[in-house]
Amino acid sequence: MYEALTNDRKLELIGIAAIALLIVVALPLSLDIFRLNLIGKYLTYAFVAVGLVLCWGHTGILSLGQGVFFGLGGYCIAMYLKLEASTPEATSIQSTPGIPDFMDWNQLTALPFFWVPFKSLPLALTAVILVPTLIAFILGYALFKRRVGGVYFAIITQALAAVLTILIIGRQDFTGGINGITDLRTLMGWDIRTDSAKYILYFVCCFLLLGSMLLARQVVSSKLGRILIAVRDKEERVRFSGYDPAHFKIFVFCLASAIAAVGGAMFTLQVGFMSPSFIGIVPSIEMVILCAVGGRHSLIGAVAGALLVNWGKTLFSESFPELWLFAMGGLFIGVVLAFPRGLAGLFTDQLLPLFQRRLAVKQADPTTVPAE
Amino acid sequence: MSNNTDFLLALENVSVSFDGFKAVSDLNLYIEKGELRVIIGPNGAGKTTVLDLICGRTRLSSGSIKFNNREITRHSEQDIVKLGIGRKFQTPSIYEDLTVFENLEISFPRGRSVTGALFWKRTREITEQVHLTAQTIFLEKLLDSPAGLLSHGQKQWLEIGMLLIQDPELLMLDEPVAGMSVAERAKTAELLNVVIRNRSVIVIEHDMKFVESIAHRVTVLHQGKVLAEGRMDAIQANPEVREVYLGH
Amino acid sequence: MLSEYSLGDLGAIFAMQAFAGLILFSVYLLMALGLAIIFGQMNVINMAHGEFMILGAYATYLCSHIFQTYAPGLYGGYFFVAMVFAFLLSGGLGLLVEWLLIRHLYTRPLDTLLATWGLSLILQQSFRSIFGAREVGVELPGWMMGSLPLGGAVEVQINGLFVMALTLFITGMVALLLFRSRWGLHVRAVLSNRVMADAAGINTQRVDRLTFGLGCGIAGIAGAAFTMIGSTGPTAGQLYIVDTFLVVVFGGAQSLLGTVFSALSISQSQSVMEFFMSGSMAKVITLLFVIGLLMLRPQGLFVLKIRR
Repeated sequence: MYEALTNDRKLELIGIAAIALLIVVALPLSLDIFRLNLIGKYLTYAFVAVGLVLCWGHTGILSLGQGVFFGLGGYCIAMYLKLEASTPEATSIQSTPGIPDFMDWNQLTALPFFWVPFKSLPLALTAVILVPTLIAFILGYALFKRRVGGVYFAIITQALAAVLTILIIGRQDFTGGINGITDLRTLMGWDIRTDSAKYILYFVCCFLLLGSMLLARQVVSSKLGRILIAVRDKEERVRFSGYDPAHFKIFVFCLASAIAAVGGAMFTLQVGFMSPSFIGIVPSIEMVILCAVGGRHSLIGAVAGALLVNWGKTLFSESFPELWLFAMGGLFIGVVLAFPRGLAGLFTDQLLPLFQRRLAVKQADPTTVPAE
Repeated sequence: MSNNTDFLLALENVSVSFDGFKAVSDLNLYIEKGELRVIIGPNGAGKTTVLDLICGRTRLSSGSIKFNNREITRHSEQDIVKLGIGRKFQTPSIYEDLTVFENLEISFPRGRSVTGALFWKRTREITEQVHLTAQTIFLEKLLDSPAGLLSHGQKQWLEIGMLLIQDPELLMLDEPVAGMSVAERAKTAELLNVVIRNRSVIVIEHDMKFVESIAHRVTVLHQGKVLAEGRMDAIQANPEVREVYLGH
Repeated sequence: MLSEYSLGDLGAIFAMQAFAGLILFSVYLLMALGLAIIFGQMNVINMAHGEFMILGAYATYLCSHIFQTYAPGLYGGYFFVAMVFAFLLSGGLGLLVEWLLIRHLYTRPLDTLLATWGLSLILQQSFRSIFGAREVGVELPGWMMGSLPLGGAVEVQINGLFVMALTLFITGMVALLLFRSRWGLHVRAVLSNRVMADAAGINTQRVDRLTFGLGCGIAGIAGAAFTMIGSTGPTAGQLYIVDTFLVVVFGGAQSLLGTVFSALSISQSQSVMEFFMSGSMAKVITLLFVIGLLMLRPQGLFVLKIRR
């Protein structure tokens, strides 16, 4: 299976520009803030999909635990926001004022030590990137160095997603349990629940996403990107070219996780809460399908997939909730069986050649209209 | 036992077993600088296993392998490559989704760390080197084609080219002309004559004509042991060798 | 915390926890058996395996209703009929799925994983549409109710004992099938060298299909056994799938003995730990422990060293 890599480059830039036009100009002009906020939520999943394009599409590492990194990013910022919302004045009716409400309900009388750094915004923002990247690094180092890959890696990351959800739900005194961290209000005194704040956060999300796409594109088009493809297709051979595939896999897995974490943080800011239901096995594998539908090799496809699948999910679950699982299941099977290269593949393999042929015919003989 | 020698590569008392089956037992093999050594032997004699051991793909059960007087038995594959040992596999092993140019560029022995690869600059020197190598391997017109579209013979040449640009001190070739047409064979022999300049080479080959045309010294392996070693004519005259191998 | 209990109490507690662990072991092993055969031979990850199990459970539930309505006198023996029915239903669906889906994806194991996940979603929703979202349970036949005293405060439930015996029987059958039958010979031949087996005249496609069907059929039996110790809901299968995969991977995917051993160790450690901490923490620690061990020994506990 060959990908016209160099030709795709230009097309990709046009695609990113088109996405930018769509999410920064067209959608804000045509949707009310409620719908736009929804789009903003979908776009946070696109971060995860962009990361998956790097580590799954380009390197062949399927992680079924991206929800973990998305969730950790989201929790890091949610912890900061929760502490800001839990001032002693606002929580004066609690038996221990000044700590988050769920801790008080669970008879905690002091802030746990690992919550303390999240009183500071710079530390919390650093943690958004650092904590998920560190976990990805440890996991990646342990597994890739031992040459664990393929389905084994997929299963272990899935188990990790299960572990983290069970842990968060089980320790509700530290984490807010199954409800997650809710009732978030302000960011350094700025109310994030107002319409104007939602607009601003939406645009911040857009620009971070576009930035992530450009960063990913930069990585893919460097020599490192070609080594990633080489690792995907012939990992063994890469060693005999003098590279350690493990290092490249660790790098790309960490990068994918960091990008997912930024998405998680933007989710918390736009939606106003974070809970374990975005971390577990099911959400994690749904993030993979966003990427598969859009095209696992294509950054633009990943964003398009995230928008379309989530839009479809909202539409379906509003009108026919019982059909959604059938549709989702069908999507998994259909994409894998019929369109392994997703929408992006459909576009570059089918539509584009058709278009180019027509263009070529017209240019060759401008007087005759091509026969239908 | 030699502790310090002029040998480029020294295998001493090397054994390896897979669940009791001894694929190689008590093998001694010395390669000098600039030597071209051909290893022959019937199927299952352990030829490919010996190459696997040298390049770190298989771990030995006991013994020692020294390259330039440095013990390499515990090194990883990529570290052994960095020390200057190159390996060509039996079936062409190239990156099919990359172009010929990119295949050669990846094999260029620089920028092998993550950061080195991320901030890689395609300098004129590298481009020239790639073009020069492509010329040597008869692929200069196909630099921009994806490697997956090459013919079988062209893929073999590309892999040889990837080793050439890697510039190893010791080159190991596993059946370089297997599956090639007669015309391709002739061209490959010509190519190998370029490749083996300025370095030591170990070749595994079945084609006796081909062996006669290139070999300095020949090692005959049989059941994981060295059966005989010497010049080609001496080997061909050896009755034991005739018995197990050349006789049929 | 241990000082609160007398030595005799502790012994009884451990015995009870160990027995509870043995029931968990039975469920793990029955599920893992089918999974291990399929994964070991075809390198296919069947994410819908839990749903095949639940299909067997629903089949048993249907059977119990039919017996209750039409032949209440024979209710004591319904389970054996239900087990065969569950095996045939899940196995038959397995054959169909292999033909429609799996065989197109043999070279793409990661894609199989996603496709079978999709299948599991469809099956879950089908169960929900047909049987409702609520969990259903079957009435145990009279002889399976009650418990046996085992001296002191220790009692074991008869249904639990029965499930264990069934597990051992099925495991024995699978072992016989794998190591003593012609089909088993073919499976092992395909496993060690697919191309060569093909050349030797083994119909590898047929072996694959039968293997997949058999694996799914065993999942059906697991589901039938499952109804004896718990109630069945549309998503019950998903709860077990990750655990069972870890069992399979931990045991070394191609070793029957490894699967048995890893099912035993994982279920026992989880069950005994559950006494000292909350169930969720016990699960977290067990999973982390397994993940840790897999990092040290990625090929699993029992595996042959072979020439690559």
